[in-house]
Order: sequence, then C-alpha cells, then structure tokens
Amino acid sequence: MGTPTRRQILAFLVAAPTLTIAVNLTGDEPTAEAAIPTPPAPADLIDLGELLILAAAPTSNMLILTVESDGMVTLQLPREEVGQGITTATAMLVAEEMDIPLSQVRVRLDDARPELLFNQLTGGSNTIRAVYEPVRRAAAAARTRLVAAAAARWDTEASSLRTQEGEVVSLDGLHISFGELAVEAANTALSVGSPALKPESEFTLIGKATSRIDARAMVTGTQQYTLDLDVPGALPTMVRRPPSINGTVRSVDNAAAVRAMPGVVDLAVIQTGVAVAAETFGQALDATRALKVTWNAGTVDSESDATIKKKLRAAALPFVVPPLLTQHVDAEFDFAFASHAPLETNSAIADVRADRAEIWAGLKSPIVAQQTIAQELGLSEDAVKVHVIQGGGSFGRRLFFDSALEAARISKAMKRPVKLMWSRIDDMRHGRARAASHHKIRATYALGNVLTFEHRVASVETDFRHGLGEILTAMAANLPVGGNLSFAQTVFLTTIKSPYNFGVTTQLLNEVPLKMHTGSWRSVYSANTRGAEEIMVDELARKLGKDPVAFRREFLKTDKQRAVLNKVATEGKWGQSLPAGFAQGVGFHEEYKSCTACMVTIDARDTKNPRVVKAVIAADYGRPINPRGLEAQLLGGLTDAIATTLRAGLHLDRGLPLEGSYSQFHYARQKDSPTDVKIFIMPPNGEPGGAGELGVPAAVGAIANAYARATGIAPRSFPINFPVDFEPFPR
Amino acid sequence: MPNYTFSVNGKTVTVDAPADLPLLWALRDKLGVKGPKYGCGINVCKACTSHINGKAVNPCVVPVADAQGKEVTTIEGLADGDILHPVQQAWLEQDVAQCGYCQPGQIMAAVALLKRTKKPTDADIDAIENVCRCGTYFRVRKAIKRAAELMGG
Repeated sequence: MGTPTRRQILAFLVAAPTLTIAVNLTGDEPTAEAAIPTPPAPADLIDLGELLILAAAPTSNMLILTVESDGMVTLQLPREEVGQGITTATAMLVAEEMDIPLSQVRVRLDDARPELLFNQLTGGSNTIRAVYEPVRRAAAAARTRLVAAAAARWDTEASSLRTQEGEVVSLDGLHISFGELAVEAANTALSVGSPALKPESEFTLIGKATSRIDARAMVTGTQQYTLDLDVPGALPTMVRRPPSINGTVRSVDNAAAVRAMPGVVDLAVIQTGVAVAAETFGQALDATRALKVTWNAGTVDSESDATIKKKLRAAALPFVVPPLLTQHVDAEFDFAFASHAPLETNSAIADVRADRAEIWAGLKSPIVAQQTIAQELGLSEDAVKVHVIQGGGSFGRRLFFDSALEAARISKAMKRPVKLMWSRIDDMRHGRARAASHHKIRATYALGNVLTFEHRVASVETDFRHGLGEILTAMAANLPVGGNLSFAQTVFLTTIKSPYNFGVTTQLLNEVPLKMHTGSWRSVYSANTRGAEEIMVDELARKLGKDPVAFRREFLKTDKQRAVLNKVATEGKWGQSLPAGFAQGVGFHEEYKSCTACMVTIDARDTKNPRVVKAVIAADYGRPINPRGLEAQLLGGLTDAIATTLRAGLHLDRGLPLEGSYSQFHYARQKDSPTDVKIFIMPPNGEPGGAGELGVPAAVGAIANAYARATGIAPRSFPINFPVDFEPFPR
Repeated sequence: MPNYTFSVNGKTVTVDAPADLPLLWALRDKLGVKGPKYGCGINVCKACTSHINGKAVNPCVVPVADAQGKEVTTIEGLADGDILHPVQQAWLEQDVAQCGYCQPGQIMAAVALLKRTKKPTDADIDAIENVCRCGTYFRVRKAIKRAAELMGG
C-alpha cells in the first residue's frame, strides 16, 4: 500500500463494520395461495454470497482510498476484474458518494493482502454485495475530511458547506477543489464530524447506465493483461504437458537437442511437465512440441465419458417418494464437462530469487496464491509479492492460481524470471472444467397441485480447494476427511433452492471424487441443477395442461419473481404464433437475492443446427448499480447458455478431453447468437443482489424448453448436439 | 537469422527472426506491439486479427517472412492520434467490451468487413468468426451497424 506522500491523503476506514446481514431476505411474503407452500431451503435463509460477505466483514473496513492533489481519487479494490465490470461499478460508488465526476476516479486492483483474510476472494457473485456499503463508507469518510479541511480554511462550520463536482462549495459562493484540499484534509489534528452516507433517494449516478471506465483502453489495444506486461528479463515460457491429466515426467529423451534449437534459452522438468524458456513464444512452442518425453500414467487414465456416466448414475441418491401412489413425472439429465475457456489462457509472470519472489497474474484468490507459493518456495509469506492483473475472462477459472504456482516453480528451477503462457490446447485439456453431472428429478402432482419435487444431483467433484481465498480454509478444503466434499455440500446448500411452491422439495448433491481439474463455472451448480429443473417445470405444466408462463406465474412464491416473468411475457409477446420449426421457451431463476426471467425464440427447423434468434430478459437486482453493466452480464449469461445447452462441451477419453481449441469446443460465435436481444433491468427496491452468474440458469431452461417445443424432442443430455465432429489433436 | 523489413502502423521496422516465426510473435515479443492477442495459435479464435495491406489476416499463422515489404496494421494503428476510428467510436457507444481480450480482433475484423461492404447485412456479420468468450456478440453486431452509419454507409 505504500507510505502516504505529502501529495495524498489516505482514508483508512476505522469504524467498526456495520454491514448488517438480514437473515430473512426472501423479499416479500409468499403470496401464492392455492399452491402448496415449499418451506424455505437453506439458500433462502442464507446464501453463499452472504456467507462470503460475513466472512469478509471483519476486514471490510480496510479499504484504501487515496485523494491526490490533482483531484484524482484512487480506490484499491481487493477483488479481480475479469470483464464483469466491478471496477466501473465501484468507481461509480466512489463518485456518487464523494460528488466527483466518474472520470476522476481510478480503481486499482489490490495486490494480495493477507491481512484481509477472507475478504479478497472474487466469487459467488459477491463483489458488489460485499463492497456496496464499505466502499461508500470509505468515500464518505474522505468527503467528510475534505469538507472539514475547507471549513477550517474558511473558518466556518462544516455543516454550512456542500460538495459538488469534486469541489467544496460554501453558501456564499466560495469553492475549492478536492485536490487543493488533499494535504490539509490529511492533517490528523483536523476536527472531523462523523461521516454520513448519502441517502439512496439522492443517488444521481448509482442506477444510471454507465459505460466501462476501461472501454477506451480496450478498443485502442492499450489495456494490459498479464502477458502484455514488461517485466525485465522475463522470457516467454511454455510447458509440454502429459498425454493424460496429471501424468508426470519419467524422462526427457532429447533435452540437448531441444536446448540447441533456435531461440531456446532454458529447459526444466517440473511437476506438471517440461518447461521451455525461449526468446519468443513461437520458439518456446516449437521447442515444447519437439520434446521427446516418456511419461508416467495420469490419475484418471481409465476414465472416459461412459465410465463417468456410470459412476454418476450409481452415485445419485434415491428418491424418497415412491412413484406408485400418485401421478408423477420422472426425468434424468446429463451434462458434459465444460471448459471455462477464457480467451486469455492460463498465464503468469514469476520472478523468483533466493530470498524473495514476485508474481503477476489474473487471480481471484491472491492471498492463498501468495501463501501457497511462499510455502512451495520455502520463503516467508511477506517475501512473496503477488500482483493482481486484470484478466481476459474467467468464468470461475481464475479462482485457482495454477499458472502462478507453475510459473513460480519454473522461475525457481531456471533461476530467471519467466513469462508463462499455456497453449490453448493445454488450457482446454489440462485446465479446469465444469464437472460433468447427472440429475434425477421426480415430481408428484394431484388436483392441479405439485405435491413433491425431488432432485438428486450426482456430480464429479467440483474443486473448491481455493477455500475462502486464504490458506486456512483452503487447507480445510484439502483435508482428507470431510474436506472438499463438505465444502461442496456447503456451496450446494447455500446456492441451490427452488423458487416455486412445489410442496415438499428436496435437492440433494452427491459427488464422485476424481483426481482431475475441475472448478466452479459461472453459477457453480445452478446452470445444470436449476436448468434441469426449469425443463421439469415445463414438463409438469404440460402434464397439468397449463401454459408454461401461466404455470410459473401460479407457482412462483413472490410478486417480485412474477414481475420479471410478466415483463418478459409481455415484451416478448409470449404465445405469438410462429412458423413451423420455431418456438418460444421460458426459464426463471433466482439466486443471491436477485431474480431473472428469460424468454427465447429458437429456430430449430434443422434439429441438429438450431439457432436462438431472439431473447428477452428481465432481471431484478434489488439495487442496480450500473444497468448497462448488468445488461452485459445477462447477455454473457445468455451466450454461455446458448453454447453449453446446444453445442459446447468436452468429451473425456481415457483421461484427457478430446477438445483442444475453439474449432472443437464449440463455444458460441456470432452466427449462433440472436440478432434481436432486449434486456430489462427492474427499478431499485432494496440492496444489491448478486449479478455475475444470475443469467445462466434461466437461459439454459429457456433454450432447452424452446428446443423441446419446436422439435417435440425432450432434451435430456447436454449439450443437445454433441458429436465428435473433428480430428482430435495428438496427445 | 534473416532480417525482415515491413511497416507496422505506419512505421518501418526490421526484425531479425527465423522465416517461419509467426508474425504474432514477431509483433509481440520482438517489436513490443501487444494489441494483437494470442487465443489459439491456429487461426480459429481470431483474437489476433490485424491487417496486412488493408486485409484482415491472423498473424498467429502468417510467417514473418510473408510480411516483408508489406503494411501491417494492428489495433494500435487504427486511431488517428486521439481521434478514434468510427468503429472504435461505435464500440464505445455500445459499450461492447467486457474482458476486452478479444476486442482488438473483433474491431479489426469489423473494420475489414466495412471496407468490403459499406452496409453489412446480418449474414455478413454472422460470417465474422472471432470468438468472444464473454458473449458480447449482440453488442458487436449493433456496434458494426452503428459504425456503418457513422461511416455514411
């Protein structure tokens, strides 16, 4: 954080955290009368985001905000920006609270700060929920000091002064810029009243559609990602990886020949393969390809899609309600592995010396990265400096610090700074993926009501060994007993719930631990779990002879939920007649105190090559900070759902995904995207809910339901069209 | 190693590199031009899209030798000083970028498209294969149409 210079003031927030966590946050009271109420699930009472906020609370006042004498204000944000727009949203919070133009606010991503404990993890859609009040408190504290400094200078009462556009203004027309006051405001002898937060009714910027603060850098090519940084001496470095997941090097059979290749500078065997440093990445890649390596077996060599499907089916817990007593609907669903595939592959720069180390990478859990790397290198924690660099996408991938740890190992082995880049093929085959899952759902109904709704999820273990972002909880997740599986249960229980009054509802997870690389993928369990449930909702509606929208309207629990559903039904002209092969579909999802409905129109005249041609989405975030950013997140969630529902997945074959690039893992492209998208953000009505992950599950349901209505084919396995339509790259 | 001389964003440069070194690495690792991004290395993600003599190419599969004597334009060369190209301007208006990593390539592909056709149809835009993993496609589409307007198409 550095020592304050004379040009700056530092506003540490020293007030006790006042973040209050309301436990009963289900919004309005359940209003459905005819339906059989479903008692609240754990996720209704406290969700993962709230757990993360609670964990972060003790240090939530340790934000650093700096006012410079040129009037620029810098917020150090202990989170990672990967495109989700949190730097823009938090800059807006600062600008609003300080009454300064947005252009005067900079947001810098904090280095790893172990003193923040659980308050430096970017996940669970928790950033804005966690910092909404603390950031405004920091800004209010700074503004109060600046006003006090002006009052002292003008020898008047602070209460007679106001702030606007980065200036303190007096009743009789005096005005002075914040920058001019910065040094005086830092005077500890200054008498300062207690800072009050601006009432939400007076917001002028929060809630207003605002463009990204880094948009210009992005369109001019000056936005810097990890690999764009110039760290002196850091050589382009790549790794030759094993032919199956977690294989290890037995021997390198042509090291001398590869060392002699043009541009090659160094070579080192590490836990994960053979690293080559060269003058350019092109030469490093050529060298890794030229290596002849004998490998030891991997950890899942006997696993392929068929064996995993079998294990998952065996792991799904039994239903409680027998099917014989009542009318019922049963269905089973399968979801393939899905790569996060951020466009910026795993990458990191490491400069490891005998007594210290410095790391640069896109990191959502930088504290545990720092602590683990320090342990690995045999250095003390404070000898390892970890810089958090804005990332080129994440979708959950950068919760883990695989590339930072690997770069540190290589730098240590080669005794030189390295700039490590994973190839796309490696990123897809040896990087992390959303775990494959199997779902069994049974719903019973009678007399127009749903009596029971049971969902059994069996999933390949999702790795949560990043813990809450620091070493203690990461170690807990690593414990052999309980460990990751208990962590997974907590995440499942605090994210999965049903928004419907479907009588007795049970949703249970059972995981199959396999030693492979998985990780939370945007919306964690919800995309598959809630996506499958939304398909069941349509099938239940059909059984009961009801329209999918009318059925949801009847069984949703609250008016807030119904409002977003009604919005898409109206704006999307639900029920309009469409040509043969086209159909509409709807989905709903609620998580982290936000809710959304999605309606799509699909063109499935070619059932093997369907296209979503239109989408209408409405979302209620409680307190939208930046509607334009929220629309962007919903658009991204929609595209994720289009990809993973229709075409994009990984085939596992003898311990390795077959897919190795975007020509094989069919993430959606322009030709797969709708040409008509309308998104509606509901007006403010409370505190901010989660945003980054909300859009995916509703869209998964909407797309699958539209496909079913257009084709008459009930989708059961995802992606729906998933042939191996390519020649896999050599192992 | 042989030398290759070509222009990058209006400036003549000479690089000492093996003939088959992909232009992407000559730009990024030898010349410090970091706008074009690596995403796949095999011309399927298109993140590195740049122009050679005004036409869209993917420098991850163009050998540096092929650039000899030619004009290479990357995202950094698109604006005229502080004055943005209309496509960049449209990108800002639509707030297209999320993580931003693919956007230099998306913009360079759009510029090339608008050179070929003043008023691109949806089918023309569908033909752009650049992957955006954040899924900004609808905004990309709107921005291309807006840029066409700004350019008088």
